[in-house]
Amino acid sequence: MASQNQQIRYLTAVKLGNKNKKYCRFKKMGIKFIDYKDPEFLLRFVNEQGKILPRRITGNSLKYQRKVSTAIKRARQLALMPYVTDLYK
Amino acid sequence: MNRYESTIIITPVLSDEDLKNRLKSFRDFLEKNGATNVTDEHWGLKKLAYPIEKKRTGVYHIFDFEAPGDVIEKLELQYKRDESILRFLTISLDKYGVEYADKRKKGQVGKSKVKKDNKPKEEVING
Repeated sequence: MASQNQQIRYLTAVKLGNKNKKYCRFKKMGIKFIDYKDPEFLLRFVNEQGKILPRRITGNSLKYQRKVSTAIKRARQLALMPYVTDLYK
Repeated sequence: MNRYESTIIITPVLSDEDLKNRLKSFRDFLEKNGATNVTDEHWGLKKLAYPIEKKRTGVYHIFDFEAPGDVIEKLELQYKRDESILRFLTISLDKYGVEYADKRKKGQVGKSKVKKDNKPKEEVING
């Protein structure tokens, strides 16, 4: 009997890693205006290639995601942030 | 009257005196056309994220002013006529932008804000 039932069974479902719930940092911190002159801050909403990260990853609310994207685009225009980064490697 | 913020990138080739004269001429132009509360922010020579007109560095300068809307068109025409200007960007600030700009002038916002936000990013990566 024991050899047939080799799979371990649990009474309750096992938690696979504790996922933190995503949240909008602008709402939480009360930041109302996103500055395009601050590329270091904007860098965290961008991947290695310089592409804007989607809302599903950053957890921003729609209102602030739009503001982030305009800020990044303005920073790109002023050569504070790159349009593409892989050219330099 | 709107609040505007105008950033320009100037070629690094100019001499200091030439640069000063040019900046002053823009400032005079603004004041002549009815802009008030003109303030400058000079960033100086900065490396560009990508080359513009085969130049890898540029001098950044920001004008912050209040002006009626028709000034902007004239100002940008002046920018376009000047060959030493690599890029320019003029935006109108909304009420939060004005608040932020005023705080920024006093030096209340800046690096402290960035430090606060460091933690949540790490959590997102782990999760």
